[in-house]
Amino acid sequence: MTHDEIRATVLRVLGEIAPEADLAALRDDVDLREQLDLDSMDVLNFVVGIHGALGVEVPEADYPRFTTLAGGVEYLAARRAGGAPA
Amino acid sequence: MPILGADMTAGTLIAWRVRPGDAVRRGDILAEVETDKGLIDVEAFVSGVVEKLLVGAGATVPTGTVLALIREEAGAPALAPPARRKISPLARRLAGELGVDLATVTGTAADGAITSEDVARAAAPARGRVDLARMRQTIGTAMARSKREIPHYYLATTIDLARALAWLAEENSRRPVIERLLLGVLFIKAVALALGEVPELNAVWKGDRPARSAAVHVGVAVSLRQGGLVAPALHDADRRGLGDLMRGFRDLVQRARTGGLRSSELSDPTITVTSLGDQGVETVFGIVYPPQVAIVGFGRVVERPWVVEGRVVPRPLVTATLSADHRVSDGHRGGRFLAALDRLLQQPERLG
Repeated sequence: MTHDEIRATVLRVLGEIAPEADLAALRDDVDLREQLDLDSMDVLNFVVGIHGALGVEVPEADYPRFTTLAGGVEYLAARRAGGAPA
Repeated sequence: MPILGADMTAGTLIAWRVRPGDAVRRGDILAEVETDKGLIDVEAFVSGVVEKLLVGAGATVPTGTVLALIREEAGAPALAPPARRKISPLARRLAGELGVDLATVTGTAADGAITSEDVARAAAPARGRVDLARMRQTIGTAMARSKREIPHYYLATTIDLARALAWLAEENSRRPVIERLLLGVLFIKAVALALGEVPELNAVWKGDRPARSAAVHVGVAVSLRQGGLVAPALHDADRRGLGDLMRGFRDLVQRARTGGLRSSELSDPTITVTSLGDQGVETVFGIVYPPQVAIVGFGRVVERPWVVEGRVVPRPLVTATLSADHRVSDGHRGGRFLAALDRLLQQPERLG
């Protein structure tokens, strides 16, 4: 799976959580929770959605890796390539 | 038409889920009703057979209007609830926003499910979005009534969460993603158990008398993404395990945001918990939601210097507050409640 495909999957999962959001306007390097006004329940649902879509179980300790979209995509790419949770 | 909020005066019947002749059990969903809190599933409060539907889809009627006649049957057989039509959450939400009667929509998905496109097609001409102005007005009316009638007192205390957070991190590292717990569910459970020590806070006014409730139904304030809020009940929070309570919590928030809350969830909370924790404030003093007599608030968890055994150490802290009705309790008892809450959160393994 390419970076772009992972990014598209992340955006789709985010779209299910924040259906009103304009995902095209999402900035890769700005805090995701702030951009989308996500609360802890949204974050949990996001991690559940990512697990369902990509089979990657994100431990709580790794949540900060998803501060930005770019960081999250990079993290998921590394995990899918066989990297252990950091 | 049930009263689903302190100041609800009318509701619109969106769709019937049953037909005359259908057998229903107490708690089965009879109809969907649009209110200022979104699309609500109205439940049967008796078991029996639907005799007649008295209000048509699309009609707006005052609260108290009889919607249907159910012939009660002694010892009605246990029957499965009527099959739900398959509707995507997005389609259901859209139908609520557009005022579309789902019973009139034909599903085009492979399995016959109704998609958001089906709803959009059926909506033309659209009746406009969910009425946020109306929801704001309803919140305003309920809160104005509360401030007018309820002599509030307000208490706050700071709680050290080091133990609770360490326990939670350990617990969640063992749980599969889908079963992870949120701190919020620990708060809800701790509130429910603390009420056992100060039961007068778990009550609702009935006429001119406060009636203590044996059951603890914790209303959970959920902010809606498009604005506004709703505080449906997590039933029997004192008696459920954390895993079960968490599943209920997730389901409740999901339905609060996409439609499909049940009438009982809106009408029977016995206390409310509000948490603005994720939005950055340290302290929230709630306004009691009539006919309840207390509301508990939790702020954001912050790391601050704290004195432990004579030494200043960094600790994760939360400010817990109680706003309560002075006609029913006083600051002394309220203080005992917050002390119990603190004590319970120091023993997270016992909240199970």
